[in-house]
Amino acid sequence: MTRIVFATADGGRHEVEADAGASVMEAAVGAGVPGITADCGGACSCATCHVHVDAQWLERVGAPEEHEAALLEFADNVGPFSRLSCQIQVSDELDGLALSVP
Amino acid sequence: MSGSSTDRRVVIVGAGHAGGAVAAQLRQFGFAGPITLVGEEAYPPYQRPPLSKAWLKGEAGSETLLLRPADYYAGAGIELRLGATATALDREGRAVQLSDGSVYPYDSLILACGARPRTLPVPGAGLDGVLALRSIADADRLKAVLRPGLRLAIIGGGYIGLEVAASARHLGAEATVIERESRLLARVACPELSAFYADTHTARGVRFVLGAGVEALTGTAGQVCGVALSDGNVIACDAVLVGVGAQPNDELAQAAGLACDSGVVVDLEARTSDPAIFAIGDMTRRPLPLYGCTWRLESVPNALEQGKQAAAAITGRPAPAPEVPWFWSDQYEFKLQIAGLPIAADQVLIRGNAGSGRFAAFHLRSGAVVAVEAVNAPQEFMAGKLLIASQKPVDVAQLVDTGVPMKEVVASSAAVCA
Ligand SMILES: Cc1cc2nc3c(=O)[nH]c(=O)nc-3n(C[C@H](O)[C@H](O)[C@H](O)COP(=O)(O)OP(=O)(O)OC[C@H]3O[C@@H](n4cnc5c(N)ncnc54)[C@H](O)[C@@H]3O)c2cc1C
Repeated sequence: MTRIVFATADGGRHEVEADAGASVMEAAVGAGVPGITADCGGACSCATCHVHVDAQWLERVGAPEEHEAALLEFADNVGPFSRLSCQIQVSDELDGLALSVP
Repeated sequence: MSGSSTDRRVVIVGAGHAGGAVAAQLRQFGFAGPITLVGEEAYPPYQRPPLSKAWLKGEAGSETLLLRPADYYAGAGIELRLGATATALDREGRAVQLSDGSVYPYDSLILACGARPRTLPVPGAGLDGVLALRSIADADRLKAVLRPGLRLAIIGGGYIGLEVAASARHLGAEATVIERESRLLARVACPELSAFYADTHTARGVRFVLGAGVEALTGTAGQVCGVALSDGNVIACDAVLVGVGAQPNDELAQAAGLACDSGVVVDLEARTSDPAIFAIGDMTRRPLPLYGCTWRLESVPNALEQGKQAAAAITGRPAPAPEVPWFWSDQYEFKLQIAGLPIAADQVLIRGNAGSGRFAAFHLRSGAVVAVEAVNAPQEFMAGKLLIASQKPVDVAQLVDTGVPMKEVVASSAAVCA
């Protein structure tokens, strides 16, 4: 199990246990993290699972692929550390990953 | 809103995408009363889109289909009654009757019964090997027959038919798509998009029979073996997938006397003609404020939007702002994203070129974008959504110039009329 911590826009903090191999979005939806609605269910089609990665995790999480980056260009509240959480795969190395939901 | 939310009772009929989403949305909006989610199928709410795409190809496991983990509902205090069918509504007494004889009283009722595949009104439609695709049970049957060399005849060149054709080819099966119209996606897409998908599928070995009426399905020993066309030709096959559209499950609502017009008629709070009863998802006919008409949308984003509308109304929140309808389809390596509806469009402009596998078709009405179909073109899709919502005229020369970033097109459209 990998622990992921979400800070939500309403000031909440959600600690979620995620299975390796699942996506960060799936873990968030399963735990009902507000603000991650994931309308398309992980098809990388909608940008409704947008998160900001805490700076210290950036390198391990990596940069978005082209299609994801293009969707992010038009998402609300994008920043330099924006990612779509359906495209981040949970792995042991990400234990403790800190994200915020814009 | 009268009464505290702890003593009001919500019953949701239909535990599909819309039903599952609205239950969770009510909790997110702080609704604390009892919620019962009644579903005919054996599974907790799940996603249907992967049933013709990643799941069918074997690229996504069954555990990824569930909308939320199965234990979510108990944890959120949502009673799940699976394998139970609502058989009647008592509007006077505000109660729902289930097939097992139990009766559930409600203060607010949400109908989320979805739609079911249209069947073919031809002889032989009941033969073994004639399949449809809506549920996990349907998808299991389809997956069980798809194997290398199987000859699959697909009746209907719409999104589900084409996605299944792509998945069938991926699994090594032969696929022939039989379509009544003279082009694919005739009812929903522009000719350029139809042509792109015809070429793409043909290059991957899918055969097409266009402009063809189906007279009968023929069989031997009860098993389908051919599709007889009205021109006398017979397409030999081992299985048939019928993908000719869906019809709303609105019988329960009709029997209860709710206003229906091929779909339960609702307003922008998802309320039916009975103020205590809401309806959401594929079974509804809803207003589309951006287009000034009503429509029956069959998409996940619509199910989610209407779920939000109903949950907001029940919890006394203001109605959420209307969204631009959208949809997606994955076939081979091509991601199609569609926003808006080409209602009364008078112009179609292509940005990019189909040959490159990356382009978008913009549908305009009086100079403003009303719909966009984007193939591997996420910027065009996202920008298209903004342009549609703004309803402002767009600079046509910029729109078709791939040298001008979509961000700029959006900015200058906003400036023109600001
Ligand atoms: C193969 C396939 C691929 C799709 N791909 C896409 C896609 O890529 N993008 C997209 O946006 N949309 C897609 N869709 C459409 C999308 O799945 C639907 O729009 C969505 O499921 C609608 O949700 P719903 O809750 O209204 O209906 P459903 O999800 O069908 O749920 C309705 C549920 O109600 C139950 N029910 C009906 N009557 C009763 C009753 N009387 N009592 C109890 N239960 C009842 C039904 O059994 C069903 O489980 C696809 C659909 C299919 C079938």
